[in-house]
Formats: sequence, C-alpha cells, structure tokens
Amino acid sequence: MKDKFITLRSTAVPLPNENIDTDQIIPARFLKATTREGFGDNLFRDWRYDTENNPVTDFVLNDPTYSGRILVAGKNFGCGSSREHAAWAIYDFGFRVVVSSFFADIFKNNALNNGLLPIVVSDNFLKQMIQAIKENPSTEIMVDLENQILQVGSVRETFEINAYKKTCLMNGYDDIDYLLSLNKEIREFDAVHS
Amino acid sequence: MSEKKPRTIFEKIWDSHVVKRAEGYPDALFIDRHFIHEVTSPQAFDGLKKRGIKVFNTLRTTATADHNVPTKDQHLPIKEALSRHQVETLRTNCKEFGVELYDLGHLYQGIVHIIGPELGLTLPGMTIVCGDSHTSTHGAFGNIAFGIGTSEVEQVLATQCILQYRPKTMKIEINGQIGKGVVSKDIILYIISKISASGATGFFVEYAGDTIRNLSMEARMTICNMSIEMGARGGLIAPDETTFNYIKGRKFAPQEVEFEKKVAEWRKLVTDDDAVYDVELKYDAADIAPMITYGTNPGMGMKVTDYIPTVEELKEISEQGSFKKSLEYMGLEPGSQLLGKSIDYVFIGSCTNARIEDLRLVAKMVKGKKKANNVEVWVVPGSKQVEAQAIQEGLDKVFEAAGFELRSPGCSACLGMNEDKVPAGKYCISTSNRNFEGRQGPKSRTFLASPLSAAAAAITGKVTDVREFK
Ligand code: SF4
Repeated sequence: MKDKFITLRSTAVPLPNENIDTDQIIPARFLKATTREGFGDNLFRDWRYDTENNPVTDFVLNDPTYSGRILVAGKNFGCGSSREHAAWAIYDFGFRVVVSSFFADIFKNNALNNGLLPIVVSDNFLKQMIQAIKENPSTEIMVDLENQILQVGSVRETFEINAYKKTCLMNGYDDIDYLLSLNKEIREFDAVHS
Repeated sequence: MSEKKPRTIFEKIWDSHVVKRAEGYPDALFIDRHFIHEVTSPQAFDGLKKRGIKVFNTLRTTATADHNVPTKDQHLPIKEALSRHQVETLRTNCKEFGVELYDLGHLYQGIVHIIGPELGLTLPGMTIVCGDSHTSTHGAFGNIAFGIGTSEVEQVLATQCILQYRPKTMKIEINGQIGKGVVSKDIILYIISKISASGATGFFVEYAGDTIRNLSMEARMTICNMSIEMGARGGLIAPDETTFNYIKGRKFAPQEVEFEKKVAEWRKLVTDDDAVYDVELKYDAADIAPMITYGTNPGMGMKVTDYIPTVEELKEISEQGSFKKSLEYMGLEPGSQLLGKSIDYVFIGSCTNARIEDLRLVAKMVKGKKKANNVEVWVVPGSKQVEAQAIQEGLDKVFEAAGFELRSPGCSACLGMNEDKVPAGKYCISTSNRNFEGRQGPKSRTFLASPLSAAAAAITGKVTDVREFK
C-alpha cells in the first residue's frame, strides 16, 4: 500500500531546464543505500551544492522565494538512467507532483509506482505556468486527480492519465497486488514456455 | 485482433508473452530472463521479505556485481564502506533467495549487459528486463529487452511478470557502406544527434537495413545499447546467421539438437512484409562520419570535424537556455570546433564498448605507439571473460607498452560510482553512453566517441579525426 493521492493544493517550484536526467536528480554516488529512505537530502545534489558542499544560492531549491509540493520542470524530464532512486528522492524531498511537457518513460513509470504524480501539459501551458509562478511565487496550484484537472491561479487545464494508473494512485494500490493474483496463470505459462 | 494481421518482430514477441490482457489493465507480460545487480535490487528483495514471498523462478534470474566494484585489487574487500555493504547485501540476498550470483572474482563476473550475451543467457525471441536502462543492449539478438525501476524489479522477482502498456514501434533503417574510420558507435551517435535525446520516447525501435545486417553482434550491441539515449524503451535487430553463429556453443545457450531446433524457431522472427510501424526513419550510411558529443546529453553530437552550433542555429528557441547552460558546463564556445582540443582522460569501457572486439580495435590502433603525456588512459574490460581473452591475445602487453592501464571489469568511470572518477573540470573522451553533467565524477566533462576515436585521442592527447590518424 502506498499513500493515496486524491487532490493537492500547493505552491510550486519552477525548474525550467530541459532534458533533466536522473543523474542530476540523484547522482550515482548517492545510490549506495539499500533502503528507500533519505534520498531527498541529495536531490539535485550537484546543482544544490558546490564542490565544497556550500549551498548554491541561485539554485531554485535553495531559494526561499519558492516552495511547495509541486515541481514544474522543462521537457524530457527524468531521461537517462532507470534509477528509481530519482523518484524516491523527489518524493522524499516533499514533492508529490511533477509537471512537465514531456517525461521519459522509465521515470514516469517509477514515479507512478511511488505515488508521485507526473502531469503532462502542453509546451505552451508549461511556459505560462512557469511565468505565473515566477511572477507570483505564492500562486496556488490545485491538482484534482479524480477529475484530471490542473488549476494554476484562475487558469484550468485538464490532463491525461491512464485509467489503471489513476485507480492505483487514488487507492494506493501496487501493480504487484494485481500480478500476485495471477499466480496460477503465470505458473502455467512458465511451465510451457521454456 | 485478427490472427492474419501482419506484425513486426516486436509485436510477435510481445504477443507471445502476454499472460493476461484484461480490460482496464496493462498487459501482464511474462519475463524470460531477469538480470539483477547490486544497485537497483536491495529494495526489491526487501519488498519480497516484507511480503514473505520467494523469487518466482530462480532459474530465470541471474545476478552480478558491476556498478560499484573497484577495478583495481578486486580480490581485496571493497574499501568504501557503502559500496561494500551494497555488494554484500546482494550476496546475502542471492544466497537467501537462491539466485545465481557471479560475484567479484567469479570467472563470469562483469557488466550485466556484457555477461548476458557472452554466456548465452541472452537469446532471440525472449523478453528480458533488468533494473538498468541499458538493458536495451540485449535487443541486438532479436528480443524485447528493456530497463525497469526497482518496484518493477520486485514485481518480476515476485511474479516473473511485469505490467506494461505496449510501446509504439519505430523502424530505423540504415543502408549503404560505412566510410573509413566509422564504427557502430558512430552510427548510433549519428542517429541520436538527428532525432535528439527524447526523439524515440514512447517507442520500441527496430534497426534494419543492410548497414546493420553487415555488423557483427558486438557492433549491433553497441547500437541497441544506446537506444535509451534517444528515449526509446528498447531497440532490437532481427536475428540472422550472425546471431546464431555468435550464440552457438555459448555456456548456457541450447546445445546441439536443441540448438538446431531453436534456430529453426528463431528464423521465424521476422517482421511480416506488410507490417506497419508507427514511425519509419531512413538514413544513408555514407552520411555518417566519426562522431563526437560536445554537450551534456547524447543528442548533442556532431561529426568530429564539425563546429558546435551557435545559439541562433538551434531549431527550437525553447532549447536555448539549456543549450547555453550545457556549453558553459563543458567550458566550450558555441560555434567552435572540438578537433585539436586537448583532453585529460581517455576511458575505454562500459557496456557500450568494452567487449573483446572493442579492445582489439583499440589495441590494433595503438600497437607500437605511446600515449600522450597529458592524458591518463583507463581500459576497463566489460567482463572477466573479456579480460581473460584480452590477456590471452596479448592485448594487455600492447596496452602496457602504450602506457594504458588495463583494469579489472566493472562499470567504472562510466558512472563514477566507484573510485574511477574524472576530476572536476577535466575533459574525458569516453566510449561509454552518457555525457550527462557529473556522470563521470562531479563536474567532469565527457566527450562520447567510438573506441577508435578514443584510442587516437589517447595517442595524440587531443580530439582527433581517426581518418587522419597515422
Ligand atoms: S557500464 Fe555504464 S551504462 Fe552500462 S550498466 Fe554500467 S553504469 Fe550502466
């Protein structure tokens, strides 16, 4: 069972860079833990801290102007390595939603498998959203998963999400629960499929 | 779906592995082979323990230690505590769950995507997954192979299945004779530079055309390996005689009569004449030259003699910010040329280019020559078997004489999880697959290139056009 996701109201953090790969989200040298917890400390490690471990003041996560549980990122977010640690780190840091105009496949799956909602919007809407947040960092954003609505200030946009994944998120279900229920069929398949 | 509908190889393999297709659910896809390694498996095993379940079929699961391992003094305990703990955790888990582990020191240890094919565990027609995005490598044998996250590793360990929606299909056809100094790494870097780091997201690629047909299995693996660098879920190549000859006699491959029977089945793995791909792209091999990347994603590549684009030349204005940031990180000027630029490190290794054929290419190129004084050169074989073969062929002597260091197998500087890190600000020509910021060590700068280009650069100490190299 995962946390259930129904609705969320929050301010957001803008990170408009494109092609943010999972090596940036969580660099390889922090992948050595054998549990799922604590990765948030090293989220965007090399963008957040310089080589002497001092916070990089102009990086958005170090900027007190922005806060919230929604990350708004440039297109092709989460490309590269399949490390699920990237989704864990984002979640552990406190984010529950990532908005982008494009997500890499494996990251999207990993996010959905961890109760982190990836929302795809058009390039144009993304641009407007980032602008709105920059102009007014206290802009409230509302995510309504059931009705698939993303509202930024007074502007509404509907978003697509796969019906199965939506049910999982809203109920905190795991894929594994469903697969375990197929045990008998899988055994039979395994036996004849050498 | 009617039986008669012409299908691609991908669709045939997919359909034949669906255990259950239910309304409102993704397909439950049966997985023939599951590879695991120390970094993405511990939390998955924990999940099994919490649920009190066993590994569904240990015979379909193979483990190795590769990402974290030192490439020097591998016989000693791993110095770094966290890495040691992770490898030990893998050891304990494999023992507890009865999974075969090719541990450090084992004859079969190596980078997971190198050992699967060389042991004959990777076969045509299969579905293969691993908690690692470069699982796409295995597709060179004509199978569906893709990388997954740790939650999915847990699903596969627990049920031998994964819940997946079928990706769309893309055909990339390359025809014609490749030019002098061009190898398969250049072909794939060229394709990615054309379609961008996200151009194949949502697709499963089939590589076709006579250029691909004429490649060896090792060269095909290099191509499929980097499918993920354009966002593709995976990439495959139809199996043929080259494939069957490679598999024949390998340790875990079907043997003799069984092998012949299998080959007969594998021959049927072809895309039907009228099958439709969602997207089809075509390239001419004659247009491909030795390639190099200049930026911080593998799509930012060019011919080694080209000039880095200027901000104004970018197709999409939205990319300008990221482009500038990328070049700043790399310490490069828009509009400048890389040719002749001095470098500091050369890394020959990774699941892209650390097979015996790669090492032979490099050795042939550098035999009787010496590396430039300004560079440090690491040659990291992909597996114990590659290492042993290299030594048997005397390649180690060639490397030593050239001032190259031949190390023990592992992922090494491909991702800098062990000690093998490129220092901040330094330039490395690397035969690996990712030039992301900090990939080879914090603030390191990576130029991706072929083993040939890397070897030439090691000798000259600078970015070199192999076609001019004597
Ligand atoms: S060599 Fe590099 S890309 Fe390949 S599996 Fe290891 S870390 Fe991943």
